[in-house]
Amino acid sequence: MAMNYNAKDEVDGGPPCAPGGTAKTRRPDNTAFKQQRLPAWQPILTAGTVLPIFFIIGLIFIPIGIGIFVTSNNIREIEGNVFMYYGLSNFYQNHRRYVKSRDDSQLNGDSSALLNPSKECEPYRRNEDKPIAPCGAIANSMFNDTLELFLIGNDSYPIPIALKKKGIAWWTDKNVKFRNPPGGDNLEERFKGTTKPVNWLKPVYMLDSDPDNNGFINEDFIVWMRTAALPTFRKLYRLIERKSDLHPTLPAGRYSLNVTYNYPVHYFDGRKRMILSTISWMGGKNPFLGIAYIAVGSISFLLGVVLLVINHKYRNSSNTADITI
Amino acid sequence: MKPFPVILFFYHLAPLMEPVMSLQPVLMGNPIARHIMQYVIPLHCVQQNPSIPSEQQLNVNSLNLTSTNLLGESISTVIVLRLLPGVAVYTGMETKMALNYQGKSQKRSAVEKSINAFLIVYLFILLTKAAVCTTLKYVWQSTPYNDEPWYNQKTQKERETLKVLKMFTDFLSFMVLFNFIIPVSMYVTVEMQKFLGSFFISWDKDFYDEEINEGALVNTSDLNEELGQVDYVFTDKTGTLTENSMEFIECCIDGHKYKGVTQEVDGLSQTDGTLTYFDKVDKNREELFLRALCLCHTVEIKTNDAVDGATESAELTYISSSPDEIALVKGAKRYGFTFLGNRNGYMRVENQRKEIEEYELLHTLNFDAVRRRMSVIVKTQEGDILLFCKGADSAVFPRVQNHEIELTKVHVERNAMDGYRTLCVAFKEIAPDDYERINRQLIEAKMALQDREEKMEKVFDDIETNMNLIGATAVEDKLQDQAAETIEALHAAGLKVWVLTGDKMETAKSTCYACRLFQTNTELLELTTKTIEESERKEDRLHELLIEYRKKLLHEFPKSTRSFKKAWTEHQEYGLIIDGSTLSLILNSSQDSSSNNYKSIFLQICMKCTAVLCCRMAPLQKAQIVRMVKNLKGSPITLSIGDGANDVSMILESHVGIGIKGKEGRQAARNSDYSVPKFKHLKKLLLAHGHLYYVRIAHLVQYFFYKNLCFILPQFLYQFFCGFSQQPLYDAAYLTMYNICFTSLPILAYSLLEQHINIDSLTSDPRLYMKISGNAMLQLGPFLYWTFLAAFEGTVFFFGTYFLFQTASLEENGKVYGNWTFGTIVFTVLVFTVTLKLALDTRFWTWINHFVIWGSLAFYVFFSFFWGGIIWPFLKQQRMYFVFAQMLSSVSTWLAIILLIFISLFPEILLIVLKNVRRRSARRNLSCRRASDSLSARPSVRPLLLRTFSDESNVL
Repeated sequence: MAMNYNAKDEVDGGPPCAPGGTAKTRRPDNTAFKQQRLPAWQPILTAGTVLPIFFIIGLIFIPIGIGIFVTSNNIREIEGNVFMYYGLSNFYQNHRRYVKSRDDSQLNGDSSALLNPSKECEPYRRNEDKPIAPCGAIANSMFNDTLELFLIGNDSYPIPIALKKKGIAWWTDKNVKFRNPPGGDNLEERFKGTTKPVNWLKPVYMLDSDPDNNGFINEDFIVWMRTAALPTFRKLYRLIERKSDLHPTLPAGRYSLNVTYNYPVHYFDGRKRMILSTISWMGGKNPFLGIAYIAVGSISFLLGVVLLVINHKYRNSSNTADITI
Repeated sequence: MKPFPVILFFYHLAPLMEPVMSLQPVLMGNPIARHIMQYVIPLHCVQQNPSIPSEQQLNVNSLNLTSTNLLGESISTVIVLRLLPGVAVYTGMETKMALNYQGKSQKRSAVEKSINAFLIVYLFILLTKAAVCTTLKYVWQSTPYNDEPWYNQKTQKERETLKVLKMFTDFLSFMVLFNFIIPVSMYVTVEMQKFLGSFFISWDKDFYDEEINEGALVNTSDLNEELGQVDYVFTDKTGTLTENSMEFIECCIDGHKYKGVTQEVDGLSQTDGTLTYFDKVDKNREELFLRALCLCHTVEIKTNDAVDGATESAELTYISSSPDEIALVKGAKRYGFTFLGNRNGYMRVENQRKEIEEYELLHTLNFDAVRRRMSVIVKTQEGDILLFCKGADSAVFPRVQNHEIELTKVHVERNAMDGYRTLCVAFKEIAPDDYERINRQLIEAKMALQDREEKMEKVFDDIETNMNLIGATAVEDKLQDQAAETIEALHAAGLKVWVLTGDKMETAKSTCYACRLFQTNTELLELTTKTIEESERKEDRLHELLIEYRKKLLHEFPKSTRSFKKAWTEHQEYGLIIDGSTLSLILNSSQDSSSNNYKSIFLQICMKCTAVLCCRMAPLQKAQIVRMVKNLKGSPITLSIGDGANDVSMILESHVGIGIKGKEGRQAARNSDYSVPKFKHLKKLLLAHGHLYYVRIAHLVQYFFYKNLCFILPQFLYQFFCGFSQQPLYDAAYLTMYNICFTSLPILAYSLLEQHINIDSLTSDPRLYMKISGNAMLQLGPFLYWTFLAAFEGTVFFFGTYFLFQTASLEENGKVYGNWTFGTIVFTVLVFTVTLKLALDTRFWTWINHFVIWGSLAFYVFFSFFWGGIIWPFLKQQRMYFVFAQMLSSVSTWLAIILLIFISLFPEILLIVLKNVRRRSARRNLSCRRASDSLSARPSVRPLLLRTFSDESNVL
């Protein structure tokens, strides 16, 4: 190739590397990081190390599953506090248009938002030139049936069961997120200049006689405002507290449910339900979790056994054991 | 023929300057051709100033420029004349170098191409999802109570919007909702990974070279992973495989061997004649031999002007187109004869007695590949006319007295066996009468315009006869440190190594043997001018050869193309030698279909050969070869490595270009993608760095698609439960932060630090490289595995939570969760699962990995508490207020999260165990086979110097 081969005469050649310390060395630093030699834990995943995981999982999951399953099945027995739920089906509380149709500032007691609700509330923002409080589709469609429970005793008079209205909403919702607008003692005054949601029978300041459960901090309202995840949902309605340890909360007997029917569901092919349930440490009756735990635990255990057998078969027939990459 | 403008250079010619300038030289030349070996231009000068003495004009007129006069890179030619110090022809863009230069094009790695393919698949998934959702939405809404139930009325504006427009906006909304499936953040991460990752190459102290005080240099970070994907390696020879420094090893004079005491001691201590005489020889013959070495060459002296007043000898720098000649001149100097350069047509030589002898240089009979020898005719001070000739033994032996050959031949053959480049030196005295005739013939031939080459050849042939053999020399073209080991490792890694060189075939071949590209048992297939010219019609002969070779190879490899990489180790190995002219015959032969046919047969042959040597290549031909291989079926990844400017086009053409910071300047290093100081560094660069980078980035790419699919799939499924209303499942903060904060750092750390196999094992076991060849980790199989894994996990996340929510309450106080808690549970399971999945894949846990993996999870938890812990004044909706904390207050949720994470990771854990079992069984099979093989095992490392040469291979 037409190239210059350039070689220094040996007379002036000498070693090309000048021994002088002045020459700046560009040798890369010999640090563990730069040389990719950081101390590291290199897990060796072999059958020997992974197989025990299957057994451990099996041994842990199966008892948990059984525990959950038993607890879940025991929930039917009406002991301890009883929780009263209403259920709606085919009601799309999670529809996007519905979910965003609220004004959290207004619900938080912001006075400017009270009189000028967010645009998100359309078409439930203003009515007859007055701002709606609480605005939005969620508030407007609040469940307003009244459910009453009676025990029909031996005498013909039904005994009403005491239903507790408070303690059904999240503590933080009730005490922080939902606030009535500021002002004097009179709640009506504080909501002055607003109008009730179109579908409501009563204005928001007349939801309950208890001042601690009225207006925006009415717990029925707060529970409704937490939009459900799925179109078939339940919401906590009332608590039936156990009076004494001697008697069951709801003794065996005939009960009657008195429904003041305000809430239309047939229009959207929906259903209403009322559910009475006790609650364990793991919540309401939930067979899924228990079964899933038992299933996964068992599968894991079985696979562990199968793989152990396979592994042993290979190990026994092979002379070269303990090979890992 | 057309005239070209000429620039004249003037140098130390002050008195002559003016007359020369008035000359109007015109060069008549061939049109610009990029082929380096063809260059004949007669120079004609038109005399304008009559005052110039006619001899001067004659001197200029009698000049013919040939390729041997052409040196240099940026200047076409610098010729040394008495009057005209230099002529530059074809400057700028018309230089051979510029014509052989190839435009730089953007290189993209195979991984990037895979990413784009994946992206199209995911784009398709995205569009499908959006289309499905839009369609189902309108199907669902066809029921009036679904479209607008009393509790969820539309605004007036919404009612009035055109249905088509609404459908379109719905489609777009779904696109926005699902757009996270396209991992935009992946591009950022990939770029970061490449940029930061490339530092590890420049930081590697194994790439540091003491001599040049430099380490590796990364010019582009785009191709890191391509280093792990190389199928073909194209390497230059001189300066890449070899040191590009020839060393005079020994000589023999009349059959007596001379050898310097040491090779490493520099010249100063050698000039006092520390010679080992193995045998005494006539002193006159010895001096004659050394004088021959001093005179018979085209070496020039470059005197360094920078140092004033320094003695001439101290500043001697030899320049030649052949490094062998420099080695010989230096060798002679070591024995006391120093060449001092040309002065006014006289060659000056300092002899052992420190006397200066002057020889008038009458003629130089230049070296050419066909003659394989060169000669000079000089006139001594006493007036004797001598011819010195040096050349390949095969070229010299037939032209000397027979009785002299035997003694020298033994030495030459032994030296050749040792891998040295051997030359024989001969001389003859020319009677003055004969010289007159020779002189006339030579001048005639040189001036000939037609058939000049042939005429010259004939004259040379006549002159170089009846010579007397004096001796032979042995020069070592030193192989680079560990060049052979590197080539062997590359072979073992399943790479095909092609040597592309501009050198002669014989030289290249001997180097190929020395660096174990060809083994002793490699059968060589030759496609060279020599083999082809045996026949009358070149093309017929070529065709014949091609067919013959193909038949041979197809017979050897019966259609086992899939496993032919492995087949190498079991079958006869084949090597191919081809030279530039034959290659152009194959590629550019007659326009009809036969040329394509040649090419395809040739490629078939190439693909079956373990090693290919292409010699006599012009720079563009190198690139042509690279391009040809690049366009093979399956588009293999090519890598070129070279050190000189002539390798630049090849470096630019191949997928990955590596430059050696060699002695031929920095042009290759500057145009390369990576440059390393030595060829041996290629081994670690490919086997360790390339492998790791590939695994890292391939895993990164798969992981990104995976984590985004299982991120968005629950959101897609949720649409079926919210009336296809584009309700997002996750809070906006989670949607945004998922890729940026929660899952970004672990994969980045993984992609920078992972060593699934540690570096030492990777370099010591080259076969591991084959595991990832052919973009193995980004093929359809792995892609489907990751996609199905993501789909499975996404389904588990969503439906697990869905079934969990079938109960009235998850809390022990009976309170109820809403849709945001639903999303947060899914999201928590998601973040933990994808992070733990990465943790399962990590095989190299440095503290950084621990920090980012556990740190990311901790950060997610911390952020969720923080995000839900405050009523944010700037937010319109306080959706997440205390959702996370409330969620964690439920035991059921904890149990569900743990369960779902475990179910999601279960297939992965199962796979690890199954792989383990399979590997175990594979090992067992292997060990059985090995045991049977061991009987017929052959040594894996062959001795370096155990090889045979044909005598043609020992040629200048």
